[in-house]
Amino acid sequence: MSNGQSERREMTGAEMVVQALIDNGVEHVFGYPGGAVLPIYDEIFQQDQVNHILVRHEQGAGHAAEGYARSTGKAGVMLVTSGPGATNAVTPLQDALMDSIPLVCITGQVPTSLIGSDGFQECDTVGITRPCTKHNWLVKDVNNLAKTLHEAFHIATTGRPGPVVVDIPKDVQFAKGIYVPPQTAPRTSYHPKVQGDLDRIKPAVELMAGAKKPILYTGGGVINSGPEASHLLRELVELTGFPITSTLMGLGSYPASGKNWLGMLGMHGTFEANMAMHDCDVMVCIGARFDDRITGRLDAFSPNSKKIHIDIDPSSINKNVRADIGIIGDCGRVLEDMVRLWRATVKSDKKALHPWWEQIARWRARDSLAYKTNPDVIMPQYAIERLFELTKGKDTYITTEVGQHQMWAAQYFHFDEPNRWMTSGGLGTMGYGLPAALGVQIAHPDALVIDIAGDASVQMTIQEMSAAVQHNAPIKIFILNNQYMGMVRQWQQLLHGNRLSHSYTEAMPDFVKLAEAYGGHGIRCEKPGELDDAIREMISINKPVLFDCHVAALANCFPMIPSGKAHNEMLLPDEATDEAVANAIDAKGRELV
Amino acid sequence: MNAQLQPTGSAYFIAKETQASENHTLSVLVDNEPGVLARVIGLFSGRGYNIESLTVSETEHETHLSRITIVTSGTPHVLEQIKHQLERIVPVHRVVDLTVRSRELGQERPLERELALIKVSGTGDARVEALRLADAFRAHVVDANTEHFIFQITGKSSKIDQFIAIMRPLGLIEICRTGVAAMNRGGQGM
Repeated sequence: MSNGQSERREMTGAEMVVQALIDNGVEHVFGYPGGAVLPIYDEIFQQDQVNHILVRHEQGAGHAAEGYARSTGKAGVMLVTSGPGATNAVTPLQDALMDSIPLVCITGQVPTSLIGSDGFQECDTVGITRPCTKHNWLVKDVNNLAKTLHEAFHIATTGRPGPVVVDIPKDVQFAKGIYVPPQTAPRTSYHPKVQGDLDRIKPAVELMAGAKKPILYTGGGVINSGPEASHLLRELVELTGFPITSTLMGLGSYPASGKNWLGMLGMHGTFEANMAMHDCDVMVCIGARFDDRITGRLDAFSPNSKKIHIDIDPSSINKNVRADIGIIGDCGRVLEDMVRLWRATVKSDKKALHPWWEQIARWRARDSLAYKTNPDVIMPQYAIERLFELTKGKDTYITTEVGQHQMWAAQYFHFDEPNRWMTSGGLGTMGYGLPAALGVQIAHPDALVIDIAGDASVQMTIQEMSAAVQHNAPIKIFILNNQYMGMVRQWQQLLHGNRLSHSYTEAMPDFVKLAEAYGGHGIRCEKPGELDDAIREMISINKPVLFDCHVAALANCFPMIPSGKAHNEMLLPDEATDEAVANAIDAKGRELV
Repeated sequence: MNAQLQPTGSAYFIAKETQASENHTLSVLVDNEPGVLARVIGLFSGRGYNIESLTVSETEHETHLSRITIVTSGTPHVLEQIKHQLERIVPVHRVVDLTVRSRELGQERPLERELALIKVSGTGDARVEALRLADAFRAHVVDANTEHFIFQITGKSSKIDQFIAIMRPLGLIEICRTGVAAMNRGGQGM
């Protein structure tokens, strides 16, 4: 294997895979071997430029690659075998598709002569993964393999990023052909538009300049656009004096410690963020997609505002909410133009926004994230707050699973930088956080990587503890253990007459013993008074930790926009009595249950 | 689209559709490569769009480009989404909503034609009548013996529908239709 950028030369398909990884700047691959990828594994064995991270399940490889991608901005790479290897990759592929994460998945396939014969470990990988990838390929000719792999990296990482699959039959891995290095000329049918139209950006800036009650609503697109976009966003906020809120995916692009920060919006967003969204006169949506968790009921969504929508994907604009000005382009490029135009053309009068900020201050005073602490039981919100306080100033990355703990993490752990927060937003994949933390830790070996987990979610991919131990990845799994699938139970309380059908886990593993069995370290904490010391212990230990944090079992996640309600009809924690929770969905809503 | 909602008592907010549905004809220029038709069809089924008619064939051999013609129905909002979603497919070069384009050109509809093969079997008066009507519809006889005809007919879908309806009592045996091929009138390309 030659070093650095390669030349055109003859090699086997398996060699080409490794060479293409090197030529595309890949340092780490997450994978699991099997019959149909053995030639590639044999090449990986004989070189040391690409490091392979062996996981315990292909789903883990995918989420680890996603965590790697989101914390670095580079493509994550996974390598799996045919049949079950490929089908196990489907969940992370769809996860990456919905959250726009660049993920390159290389799958082995049965030899071309066996395709269609129901061969051992055969499945129609390109057929199965077609709807859950941005694009996919079955490579039948070794002379097309190098070009296809380079194209796969190009498509995964440019435009709206996403997952791709390259399916390589075993005979193609053995066959010899000509390797070509990456070229700059992409295929003619794929040319994402990155530069926004100035004749749209100009009226957008004019609209913003005249706003009395503006709001910036930003999403994962700003993070995907790169650190420069987050920098420009901060500049735009500084220049305009506008309040800003972000989606779950967008946290960290604007610092949570910034004075214009309203907190997250949406179903479990803050009162001030959702009220400001509802009452604003100009909404600037940057790299977000008006997801149903964000908008609440659409006919009552921000009824009196003009909406500016910036997105790299033309299909996002006017999909759920009609935009008055749609700007197609990369968030970073459009923000650059906006900042420049604002500087050149707008005489900023921040005083005009005073009444709006006063209104926001009144909403803020409702203190929608307040909760009652308890001297005997750890409140889950308190656990996250202490975790945040005790990790301040450290090089910290947070991943999560999916459920109540995820929302509490988003509400009470505050992010000042992009790429520090990895969570499954679109697909809502329980079991995402632990392998994602592994991927983050591989990319940042000296950082403090914490998976804020729930007791139910974490058991979906807990086997990756073993991978973390093997690869000396000292990830910290901070489990908010309430013995329930908390979010499922919360919905059962709201919608299904408090009939808690199968949302209670009657048999729970001993997480401390489990950690030790895997070769990690286990900590259990049950009292608020012992929490700080336990968290400090967790941080100080240089190996994987399962932290079993016993929290108040019946705590629910508030504030909340109940189903069928608008942004200005939030259920706040101090109003969320048992009766209010039971009546949150009106009679008409309940009839339909 | 900012439409009326029904509280569903579920985790989802489901909007009621208020716009009226329209029929549009789309032309999609794609790289002729394996799986490209599956991507287009999968998009329609996966996102719940309708396909009324679909035709596909390679039209430019040197550059391996195929042209897919899709007749679909949906509200203007859905039709706009269909166009954008098709454009996201990597091997798709261009998508033109011919119906929208024809309106822009001040025309009622794009030029839409279909070909059908129609097998009719019978003797006596019915056979004579079938032949007479086929002539009136400018259908050609492409195969025949003493007891059957195969007619080849081209034209608008409505004309073919009408021809088939007339042939039904005269011994209609079998129908094969190509689906709609379409382009816009005038000197400009798509």
